[in-house]
Amino acid sequence: MLGRSANGIFWLFRYLERAENTARLIEAGFRMALTRDSGAASEEWRSVLITLGMQRAYAARHGEEITGPHVFNFVLRDRDNPASVLAMIEMARTNARMVRTGITREVWEAVNESWMKLKEVLARPVTETRLGDVLDAIRRQATLVRGAMEGTMLRNDIYDFAGIGTFVERADNTARILDVKYYVLLPSLSAVGSSLDNVQWENVLRSVAGERAYRWLNAGQMDPRGIASFLILDKRFPRSLAFCYAELSGHLAYLAREYGFETEAHAIQRASEARLSALTIEAIFEQGLHQFIGEFLACNNRLAQQIQRDYRFVE
Amino acid sequence: MNRTSSSSYDEMLEADGTVRPAYAGYRQWLDAQAPGLLKRKGIEAEAFFRRTGITFNVYGAADAEERLIPFDSVPRIITASQWRKLSRGIEQRVRALNAFLHDLYHRQEIVRAGRVPERLLRDNAAYLAQMAGFTPPGGVYTHIVGVDLVRTGEDDFMVLEDNARTPSGVSYMLENRETMMAMFPELFTQVRVREVSDYPRRLARSLAACAPAAFAGDKPRVAVLTPGIHNSAYFEHAFLADQMGAELVEGSDLKVEGGRVAMRTTKGWQPVDVIYRRVDDDYLDPLSFNPQSVLGVAGIMDVYRAGGITIANAPGTGIADDKAIYSFMPEIVEFYTGEKPILANVPTWRCSEPDALAYVLDNLAELVVKEVHGSGGYGMLIGPTSSKKEIAAFAAKLRARPDNYIAQPTLSLSTVPIFTKAGLAPRHVDLRPFVLVSPHGVDITPGGLTRVALKKGSLVVNSSQGGGTKDSWVLDD
Repeated sequence: MLGRSANGIFWLFRYLERAENTARLIEAGFRMALTRDSGAASEEWRSVLITLGMQRAYAARHGEEITGPHVFNFVLRDRDNPASVLAMIEMARTNARMVRTGITREVWEAVNESWMKLKEVLARPVTETRLGDVLDAIRRQATLVRGAMEGTMLRNDIYDFAGIGTFVERADNTARILDVKYYVLLPSLSAVGSSLDNVQWENVLRSVAGERAYRWLNAGQMDPRGIASFLILDKRFPRSLAFCYAELSGHLAYLAREYGFETEAHAIQRASEARLSALTIEAIFEQGLHQFIGEFLACNNRLAQQIQRDYRFVE
Repeated sequence: MNRTSSSSYDEMLEADGTVRPAYAGYRQWLDAQAPGLLKRKGIEAEAFFRRTGITFNVYGAADAEERLIPFDSVPRIITASQWRKLSRGIEQRVRALNAFLHDLYHRQEIVRAGRVPERLLRDNAAYLAQMAGFTPPGGVYTHIVGVDLVRTGEDDFMVLEDNARTPSGVSYMLENRETMMAMFPELFTQVRVREVSDYPRRLARSLAACAPAAFAGDKPRVAVLTPGIHNSAYFEHAFLADQMGAELVEGSDLKVEGGRVAMRTTKGWQPVDVIYRRVDDDYLDPLSFNPQSVLGVAGIMDVYRAGGITIANAPGTGIADDKAIYSFMPEIVEFYTGEKPILANVPTWRCSEPDALAYVLDNLAELVVKEVHGSGGYGMLIGPTSSKKEIAAFAAKLRARPDNYIAQPTLSLSTVPIFTKAGLAPRHVDLRPFVLVSPHGVDITPGGLTRVALKKGSLVVNSSQGGGTKDSWVLDD
């Protein structure tokens, strides 16, 4: 396949994954805002902006005051925000058009339909009343694309580049959410065990759609280490870092088999995965969660760039 | 323009309202349908096109928006016997076009014989000196041709123009049929219609048969070269590449390496054997043509001339689209085939000739005047629908550069009904059959693209000017 097509596929799935994760993040923020006083709510919205790296762009648009409707409209649909969910869906669709010959008709139609639907629901300002429906639509469309991909795409290099884009992005997003939320929550760590605290921790899980799974596995025990361990190391949870790296390993191994050669990216991926499986949550906290995540994000980014070089995404 | 409508040949109905034989089966089916069905299906079809992304971009539209070409669900029907005659005429014409192009870039016998004036070639921007003395792989110049036909009576089909450069629209031919079969499956069990869906396979086979000398292996590697996603026909480029199993490449994916044109793949640079290019000659090679072009490949013309790649259609074929050359097609057909043309040309006045110019200027209000290099319905005058002021302004342009224009009578194009709010209503149509040429022969897909003017009385069918399309049927015997 063409290097440019691999690039298009890779970014198509990165953008889709990011759009979906952003919607989940907002969903968690909104829920928190509904159950908390206004001061805590604006802290929550601030953490959403920090996680997405949009605090400066937001300040340029709305100033210092942080309100829910301003934040979620900025993140979802503001034309001045090049990283809005709407912009990501548009970029995903542009990439899909570019690689139209590499994806099945079902995948293309799912992406195109997502763009048409979301363009429509995001055409006018989102109110708190409508927010639930909008976020629902975003998640639903992402599910539709994924379903079309799993059900119709050949398991070849194109599928692997799609998977690599998805899991590089997901690992990045999960790590960022954990990092920022953890720091927002730090002040309350002294009051471990209070019901307020439990709500906040549950919200971290909600941001990555993991609250039910975690409760089921841990009989409702909300403790910071357990949650961090779940999001970083639990291979059963499809949004954990360990899961993402197991998937990346599979896709890269398939590429090596199909192409008959390994690349530098394989070495980087193997080293990261080995480190993840050797780690314990105690060791992570000993090193410092924030530092661990910082290193992980840098490494994840290096892997993505190496893949783009090794497979000639650009000249 | 209602004047022309009322006197036009309607392909479905005779003057007394009797249904013509070609439409008997369709009409029988239609009469048995519940009222409102066509309307409902029309809405479904539009949603279907939007979802599948069958759109084209309009140049100059403010937001470069993607538009749908309106689709009408009443088919345009041609009988088996009409088609036999048409396809014989098309094949004859396309063979003559290829022979003409070969001659043009070699000994120019037709000029020596005095049948075509040298001036037409010498000053023609579409004539490429880089092609002189070179014969493309397999001797094929026009791998893909679209022949635009109009009809004025029961047996009166005429060629309106030849599209030998990069004819577009074949994806609509295919998608229109898919749409009709999805909307009205039972209709196709009642009326036997010849298949068009294997066009991409035939195209792939035809292109593969023209592999260059440097090709070694068992299957030539074919790529479709597109200017990119902002091109008005991008959908079609992607569609054809997809259907053929070919790579869809842009100029930036290609480079010349070791005497071949290679594409950048995830496994490294790999040679391409045949390029179906949807990029104009001028942009094909910045070293040979427009040096500013980023849409082509630097050095591809050298590789081409050395037998390292096949370019389809061959560079320099655009000269056959020239409307002044068109006016000589009857002579061209006779010169190379030794036969009378089976398909007539539309009578054409060359404004470069003083007598013709005088006649055209005296009769502008009755004529259609076109630029010789124009296409897409731009820059033309339709006398009968133009105001006195418009005609006067056009006359001035015509006097200033008579060589730049040809004129034709305003034809009373045939009509086929479309579905409107008020029921069926006749609208003017043309037909573009798609023709493939390879060393194995000429291959014409039965049918083509019917373009239809949606406005009552209008004769302009171009999609860039608000025309629509119809599924085109050739009946099986």
